[in-house]
Amino acid sequence: MSDALLGGFEQAPLQSSNAFRAALAVLSQPGEIRELQGALPPAPLSVAAGVLLLTLCDGTTPVHLAGGHDCAAVRDWITFHCGAPLVGAEAATFAFGDWTALHPLGRFAIGQPDYPDRAATLIVEMATLTATGAALRGPGIAEVAHLSLPEIAAFQANRALFPLGFDCFFTCGVWVAALPRSTRVEAV
Amino acid sequence: MTAHHDATLADSYNFAYLDEQTKRMIRRAILKGVAVPGYQVPFASREMPMPYGWGTGGVQVTAACLTPDDRLKVIDQGADDTTNAVSIRKFFQRTAGVAVTESTVEATLIQTRHRIPESALTAGQILVYQVPIPEPLRFLEPRETETRKMHELEEYGLIHVKLYEDIARHGTIATAYAYPVKVEGRYVMDPSPIPKFDNPKLSNSPALQLFGAGREQRIYALPPFTHVVSLDFDDHPFEASKAPHDCDLCGASDSYLDEVITDDQGGRMFVCSDTDFCRVRQEAGHLGAMAVPNLAGSA
Ligand SMILES: [Zn+2]
Repeated sequence: MSDALLGGFEQAPLQSSNAFRAALAVLSQPGEIRELQGALPPAPLSVAAGVLLLTLCDGTTPVHLAGGHDCAAVRDWITFHCGAPLVGAEAATFAFGDWTALHPLGRFAIGQPDYPDRAATLIVEMATLTATGAALRGPGIAEVAHLSLPEIAAFQANRALFPLGFDCFFTCGVWVAALPRSTRVEAV
Repeated sequence: MTAHHDATLADSYNFAYLDEQTKRMIRRAILKGVAVPGYQVPFASREMPMPYGWGTGGVQVTAACLTPDDRLKVIDQGADDTTNAVSIRKFFQRTAGVAVTESTVEATLIQTRHRIPESALTAGQILVYQVPIPEPLRFLEPRETETRKMHELEEYGLIHVKLYEDIARHGTIATAYAYPVKVEGRYVMDPSPIPKFDNPKLSNSPALQLFGAGREQRIYALPPFTHVVSLDFDDHPFEASKAPHDCDLCGASDSYLDEVITDDQGGRMFVCSDTDFCRVRQEAGHLGAMAVPNLAGSA
């Protein structure tokens, strides 16, 4: 059996419901870090990014693979388990890759003024992910939260576009956090 | 596997009734709603085994959110025991195998029609609203392309004019339900037909609030700790009014009350619309003006 056939959900309805709740929790509480388990995707895709793929992507959601993530093993795995079409950054609903590989960010959809929901979601693979560093304020946060963002300026520029803008999940191994476009970010 | 099972197959194979592709579509819409608080995200509403008036939008949002570990509470105008609430609760017991409760405090996910529970919601809880008409500007402008434009340009003058006409005509803002709010200083949002008494609970709640409109195919959201303001005027500030009575069963002075006719002689009483809140208070020994004789009689 080819490796592409392995590593998917064994009980998709239950695993995807648990994974979605974790994704919903981190996006609605920026700075919160949760665990995502249940998929074993090929490298360099992290477990958490693989779980997000299986939970949110399918034949209706064009996916962009950036940098090292655009390799045969990952392409085959996505094609077999999700059937998501693989596309360039401009056409992507979801994009996966390291922060630097995802640049330039201006390529990604930020929604339309009358349909801001038509914006890309970036899944940013991180070497570390901790609730420290940049100060986050806005919806989902009682006062202030912290997250080890890969940089500050790009998220401030994205916030300035609100209600347009992309939304991010950050993944590291089995861990996930998120930053919706509504969050105001400051260096500390 | 296709998205078009017959009903029997769907019941036996699909967790929480909906197939996986439909749940993914709804989940993506919920996430975009969370990212843009108060903005109405279109989604492809599915036929549900219940009529539209029964909260099919809320049911689809709940189905997309439930996990087997949830404890589900369903309320209809504050009550757990109406036909609508009982049916929806049974539906998810059967299709998702979730535990159910009438306790606001113990519930992890609460689906509601037209009320916010009296007990303060807590972090980690999700409140799902059934929404009949999600567009707060619809009664001013029937065309979807136009209301979308008004939201885009933040052209909210007309809705203020409508509220101010109330003041000119009645001396006060007459709108008592579905009182419009502004979310984080950006989108004007319909909070569903909750009494305006409930509006202050929308703001800064530790719980996540999700809104589903089935017939109108819209999902929107208020993440926890989102700033929500009821529209008003400097000279006529918003007031979260209620009937000027205490609950006749539990004596609560700060809960939203329903007026109940008790006999054909014009007898009436005021009771908490939130049945769980009222029951917990009575069990804790709080008694209203008409509660003592009842309890003594049944003892
Ligand atoms: Zn009461």
